[in-house]
Amino acid sequence: MSEPRYVSIEGISRRFQAAGGRTTTVFDDLWFSMSKGEFACIIGHSGCGKTTVLNILSGLDRPDDGAVVVDGTAIEGPALDRAVIFQSHALLPWLTVLGNVAYAVSSRHKRWSRAQVRDHAMRFIEVVGLKGSENKRPSELSGGMKQRVGIARALSIEPKMLLMDEPFSALDALTRGTLQDEVRRICLETGQTVFMITHDVDEAIYLADRIVLMTNGPNATIAEIVQNPLPRERRRLDIHKQADFYAVRNHLIDFLVERSKTFKDQRPAGYDHRHPPVVRPTAAPQPSPDGDKRAA
Amino acid sequence: MTSSLTLRAALVSVLLLAVFLLIWQGATAGFGAGGTGVPSGMDPEYAKLMGLTATTGKSALPSPVEVGAGLWNVLTDPFYDKGPNDKGVGLQLAYSLGRVLIGYGIAVLVAIPLGFLIGMSALMSKALDPFIQVLKPISPLAWMPLALYTIKDSGISAVFVIFICSVWPMLLNTAFGVASVRKEWLNVARTLEVGPFKRAFTVILPAAAPTILTGMRISIGIAWLVIVAAEMLVGGTGIGYFVWNEWNNLSITNVIIAILVIGVMGMLLDQMLAFVARLVTFPE
Ligand SMILES: Nc1ncnc2c1ncn2[C@@H]1O[C@H](COP(=O)(O)OP(=O)(O)OP(=O)(O)O)[C@@H](O)[C@H]1O
Ligand SMILES: [Mg+2]
Repeated sequence: MSEPRYVSIEGISRRFQAAGGRTTTVFDDLWFSMSKGEFACIIGHSGCGKTTVLNILSGLDRPDDGAVVVDGTAIEGPALDRAVIFQSHALLPWLTVLGNVAYAVSSRHKRWSRAQVRDHAMRFIEVVGLKGSENKRPSELSGGMKQRVGIARALSIEPKMLLMDEPFSALDALTRGTLQDEVRRICLETGQTVFMITHDVDEAIYLADRIVLMTNGPNATIAEIVQNPLPRERRRLDIHKQADFYAVRNHLIDFLVERSKTFKDQRPAGYDHRHPPVVRPTAAPQPSPDGDKRAA
Repeated sequence: MTSSLTLRAALVSVLLLAVFLLIWQGATAGFGAGGTGVPSGMDPEYAKLMGLTATTGKSALPSPVEVGAGLWNVLTDPFYDKGPNDKGVGLQLAYSLGRVLIGYGIAVLVAIPLGFLIGMSALMSKALDPFIQVLKPISPLAWMPLALYTIKDSGISAVFVIFICSVWPMLLNTAFGVASVRKEWLNVARTLEVGPFKRAFTVILPAAAPTILTGMRISIGIAWLVIVAAEMLVGGTGIGYFVWNEWNNLSITNVIIAILVIGVMGMLLDQMLAFVARLVTFPE
């Protein structure tokens, strides 16, 4: 790896006490690193530990083994330079839209005046297209609007890294599409480093530079890392016309349907936790899953 | 159509009140006819015991008209003070209210911080649980002799009894409210690096406020129930003492007036807290 690693997940494992005093290992010995400005998605079946990985990245949870290094220092706890967009949007219901965003801004900039906080918060409320609704309570918002507030709140602290837990899964297709566009635009403009959990294969292909495939839990591992062959300039509406689109899509779906279950028993020869296989599915010639070249 | 429901309900309320007053009036008029003396067939000794021979007419249950007239007198001059056994209802009510507010206020100051501690710390929750479990079911009046013996002041003892009866619902509700603040809200504060102190005031307090207010509302209700009994025991001043004193004076009119006043005051206290509860409630 020649590129400088901005985020480095180094051999993390997480175990929970199961009933009867036994421990279950959710995932074991995960290695993955991201460069600055990269957009990574993680895909895997329910319960394989994606949220747990994200919580460890945010600092809300700690690994039992291993460590996560961000920008040269190991994560000790939650920090303002890593913003989380929660799956359940987690807005504070007693505050207005503006109040929720301003709460984050004033946590970031403790010395700012009220007016400064307000202006800054309003700027990000505008970015997500909620101008005019800033005085509404979360209970008066639709699901998509709530999720936008969560996004505005995360962006308003201008973090170095965005962590998103299925941010769009509760939305209807139309709203999801618009929000995906907005998030992609904002992340590209600001050069965000993004780690995102999703269940939606198309979403992953549209947004991600690299897609991490996780096997089923317990004892989940990273099966492989898929490099998105699509050009960085892509548009949601005609993405399916891209030459490699179906190659990636089929590869991902094939993994979710078949190989996520069987991977553990059929590990490719030379499988190494530290360097999971990297694949780059393209239209032709069709590569076989384990005969791939390792990316440099 | 909802306004018509309120209107109809009010109409039915007024009707029920009218029927009740009419029956009351009829019953007391009957008493009046039965008159000055002992109902026929009653043991004279028993009648004497019941006070029926001691007075004439007045000892019988007063009619609503008499109570109304008495109420008018009370409302026009509630705060007169003619010695220890003859004070206006308003003055007595003020004594009771004062005791309740002091005892309840101290209970708020103790229960809410302690409830925060119990709600936030699993250790303290477990450690204090046995004490709370044993202390909570004790009738507040059972503390009275101990309070009188140690404090040696009947007024402060009554305040102590109010404190002890109102502390538990607030303590338990605060602890429960604090312990059940949604994890994701706390996580929001953690990811924003909000310090523990600011977190308590900006996340936990607003999130738990509706539950805390429920406890406060239960407590004020109990305190108002208990103050009457406590003042009957300790005597001296207060609406509870007033009721007992008027019973000894055989002034049933004043007893009924006091009952009405107690009820209305209790309702006002409850409504005040209900109002605050509405302010802090948030829709999810
Ligand atoms: N606090 C906990 N105590 C015990 N077990 C836990 C805890 N948190 C998570 N787990 C277990 O860890 C596993 C992974 O959970 P996690 O929430 O990370 O899954 P996920 O991949 O995010 O699933 P989903 O796609 O459904 O959100 C699950 O089997 C879950 O039961
Ligand atoms: Mg999850």
